[in-house]
Amino acid sequence: MEDLWWIFSVSLCVKLLLIPAYRSTDFEVHRHWLALTSSLPLSRWYLDTSSPWTLDYPPLFGHFSLLLSLPASLIDSTITDLVAGQNYAAPSAVVFLRLSVAITDLLLLAGIHRVTRKLPHPRRRLALALVLWSPALLIVDHIHFQYNGFLLGILLISLSFLVEGWDLAGGVTFAVLICSKHLFMVAAPVYFVYLLRHYCNGDWGRAVSRFLVMGSAVSVVFIATFGPFAYYGQIHQVFRRLFPFGRGLCHAYWAPNFWVFYILLDKILAFLLCKFGFSVRTPEASFTGGLVGDSSSFAVLPQVNPIIALILVLLAMIPCLVKTFLRPRPENIIRWVAYAFTCSFMFGWHVHEKASLHITIPLGIIATNSMEDARHYFLLSIVSCYSMFPLLFESQEYPIKVLLLATYSILMWAGFSSHFRRSGAPEAAKKKNAKSSGSQHVLIGPFASCYLLGLVFTEIWGQFMHPYIFGSRFPFLPLMLVSLYCGIGMMYSWIWQLRQVIACT
Amino acid sequence: MTNLVEGDDNIMQRLVVQFKSSGPKRFKGSRSGGIASRRRRSMAGKKSVQAAEETVGGFHWSTNKLTASTAAMIVLFAVLVRVLVSLGPYSGQGTPPRYGDYEAQRHWMEITLHTPAVEWYRNTAANNLSYWGLDYPPLTAYQSLVHALVVNRSLPESLALFSSRGFESPRSKLLMRWTVMSSDFLVFFPAAVWFVTVYWKRFDGSGREWSAPWLLAVILLNPCLILIDHGHFQYNCISLGLTLGAVAASLSRHDNIASLLFSLAINHKQMSMYFAPAFFSYLLGKCLKHQNWVLQVGKLGIVVVGTFVIVWWPYLYSLEAAKEVLYRLAPFERGLYEDYVANFWCSTSVIIKWKRLFSIGALKLLSMFATVLAVLPACYQQIKAPSDHAFIYCLLNSSFAFYLFSFQVHEKSILLPLLPASLLAQKEPWLFVLLVHSGLLSMFPLLLRDNLLLQYAAILPLFGFIFFSPNGGENSREDYSSVRKKVLLALLFVISFVLHLIYLTLEPPRKYPFLFEALIMFFCFSQFLCLTIWTNIHQFKNATSSSGKKKKNNNKP
Repeated sequence: MEDLWWIFSVSLCVKLLLIPAYRSTDFEVHRHWLALTSSLPLSRWYLDTSSPWTLDYPPLFGHFSLLLSLPASLIDSTITDLVAGQNYAAPSAVVFLRLSVAITDLLLLAGIHRVTRKLPHPRRRLALALVLWSPALLIVDHIHFQYNGFLLGILLISLSFLVEGWDLAGGVTFAVLICSKHLFMVAAPVYFVYLLRHYCNGDWGRAVSRFLVMGSAVSVVFIATFGPFAYYGQIHQVFRRLFPFGRGLCHAYWAPNFWVFYILLDKILAFLLCKFGFSVRTPEASFTGGLVGDSSSFAVLPQVNPIIALILVLLAMIPCLVKTFLRPRPENIIRWVAYAFTCSFMFGWHVHEKASLHITIPLGIIATNSMEDARHYFLLSIVSCYSMFPLLFESQEYPIKVLLLATYSILMWAGFSSHFRRSGAPEAAKKKNAKSSGSQHVLIGPFASCYLLGLVFTEIWGQFMHPYIFGSRFPFLPLMLVSLYCGIGMMYSWIWQLRQVIACT
Repeated sequence: MTNLVEGDDNIMQRLVVQFKSSGPKRFKGSRSGGIASRRRRSMAGKKSVQAAEETVGGFHWSTNKLTASTAAMIVLFAVLVRVLVSLGPYSGQGTPPRYGDYEAQRHWMEITLHTPAVEWYRNTAANNLSYWGLDYPPLTAYQSLVHALVVNRSLPESLALFSSRGFESPRSKLLMRWTVMSSDFLVFFPAAVWFVTVYWKRFDGSGREWSAPWLLAVILLNPCLILIDHGHFQYNCISLGLTLGAVAASLSRHDNIASLLFSLAINHKQMSMYFAPAFFSYLLGKCLKHQNWVLQVGKLGIVVVGTFVIVWWPYLYSLEAAKEVLYRLAPFERGLYEDYVANFWCSTSVIIKWKRLFSIGALKLLSMFATVLAVLPACYQQIKAPSDHAFIYCLLNSSFAFYLFSFQVHEKSILLPLLPASLLAQKEPWLFVLLVHSGLLSMFPLLLRDNLLLQYAAILPLFGFIFFSPNGGENSREDYSSVRKKVLLALLFVISFVLHLIYLTLEPPRKYPFLFEALIMFFCFSQFLCLTIWTNIHQFKNATSSSGKKKKNNNKP
């Protein structure tokens, strides 16, 4: 318990110090939502266009904003003013909103506390540090500005319920989560199959009744959230806001996933075909223009639409779903959920780089399970955090993001190596068929260290050598390189997790 | 990496030994839980159990030894905290016409860059000394010049002669912040790491368990130093870092390097003279123990004089020029004290109006007399029986004496006593935490004027958490925590919390506009006075106990 609060308090101090740091337009987005939800009736929430930052989270998040707006209007009524508050960034507003992120992180604390409380002491402390000091979370939530911390906290609470066997509570919590941020929906298939097999088991009568109980409990959450909008006849409007498919396959900065390779392959093929004399219709500066909402097209390879992306995600998820169906065991649920998020990250439509948080935070809890998990987590968390570097592009924050990642990497390295050196010794003695005790204790193999060195080089190239050699030409090249390079790491992580899902669970 | 492995192998060995000696039963019987673990610790030998408990950690205080990875992690975290504090405002931000210390440093860069060295301390057409004239020794000027050369490459307009006065832009702020950051990283950090490794080597076998990483962390995360250097904007890290290096050198018996580094420290900031009596008496005492003591003293004298000659070279062509610089360094016309500094003169001035009663000349003599008197016991002890721990106490006593009794003291000078106090953190944890806390409080009005409240409110608890981290200082904490001390400490914290609140929320009565500053001053002064009496006593106690030990050791074989 002491560790829990200590680790949280240290991170809280760092969060306080981050208040004056750079914040993205997401700050104005969330401030606007406070104003929107507090000054307009429910029926106008998804119709309002007084600002370009329309509400595009599910209604429960709107209610959360409404809740926040109550203290906000007491502190400074301009924060919640729909007109006068636009682009309002007085110290009162900044401090209030920043603090609201830091304070709602208490839910993350609750989640990580619940999910790790059965772990033995040293593993628990390591897991707490890994999650609560996650540099990616600090970068996204406390510098860039978003509310991922408490949402992930809800996810962890839901997972902890499942792990402890309280399936109904886990299912309802997950429904609440989806109604707060629909991006978490991609784990729904895993949840569905797991609950179907684990909760609704037994003979037919019991299974059906349990199915009905679970179904009605989850439905209550959904009806409470979306019901009013259905009543106003706005359900289409709400879904249009929640799923803006017009936004294109990739975000302005490509998330490091499968589509990076796809786009590059297309470019290379187009280039080669042109060289060999075929006439190829190349769309002008597609994918490098960087505009959100522009749906670029491919020159050679088949076009991609949201349906194809969805099918690919589901296809990738199938091994995990089959495993869940066959052997629904609570101790594997965290791994499966993380895998589902990985699939959607790799193949999803218009994926943000921030979505990799959904993978790293749950995996941080089980990183101490085995040396292999630790090895994978070490690499994945570095790659995922590094892929968020482009979010902070101002020179003032440059040292902060580098130092955050570097400190965290050393923390992981020191924590893991001492943990496994200690716990590994008796295990190795027990297992006679262990491969070799030497390689067991190596946290970073030769491939991984080469890869990480390459990561450092990519950064040096993008920051120093590229501007030096090319000046301001090809501004997209360093970013592309980051995406591509991190894409390799994410691809490895996906394949590793897939193997793990198939082999171990 | 090899370091880490060695350290942990050590632990494994200790563990194995422990298992053999105490048997596995005890481990089985006690599941986690405060009382159980404490009992276990007292039953079994300290080292191994401690190590077994602490090996894996959030903050990896795994080994008590400072390993490469732990040191790197702490250093990176300390850099991170500094960078985060530096996001905040600096002194005099956006307040023309005089601005603050930031503008002073920027102006010195401008002057050193555009005028020849001989004119730096002289009123000329280009150098108007009444506008932030250079009043630190030449090494500061050279440092300004080096930084100016760097800044000038990327932002020349921020250092243009005349036209750049009061130049402020986000980019120039960033550049200036990075000059502090890099100096800190290049001077203070290596010195701190060196000190901790030397200290570990010398006092590892002192019987009590302690954690070297923890000591490094509390030295590097001293909130007062971070707030003044990276918030308010100054380069104390250089002079304090050089002093720290000198301490480490003298602990590792490199007396020549120690005198070189300390001479450089004095040449960077004349305030480093606060430590001079301690260094002088310690080194002299050590020399006197030699048979050939004249030679030893001569060697050190040559190093000191040589360093001074090199640093002062541009001003040594005539006596006049050297005097000119010296006058700039000793601004007696500024009076006995400034603002509400928590020292003897300012605090007693409520009753005795020193400034009205005496002329400046008389005050100079009076303050000198008082300071010498206050320093004397500590110095006498060191000359008579120089010893390593007592030397650090002596540094503390000497700097305290200067802070409390010397002429023209700033609030910021509390940083000087804080340095030796941080070095003693392992031995006297309560002393250090009290001093950090009251020192920070004494600078609270100043930092509030700089709009650094947020940074203040974040970094003070951060330091507290690191200091009282679950595994770090625990060993030393247990030894030193009696109930009475805890109550006293809690009481002091409550009072200071109330003082903070009063200062932030209440309007002072119109008749006494500086009432709250005075309250803070009295509170801090009384603590400083008690602490310095206490440390003086402990210097003597420590010296007698260590010499007693030595005698015992000598008797043994």
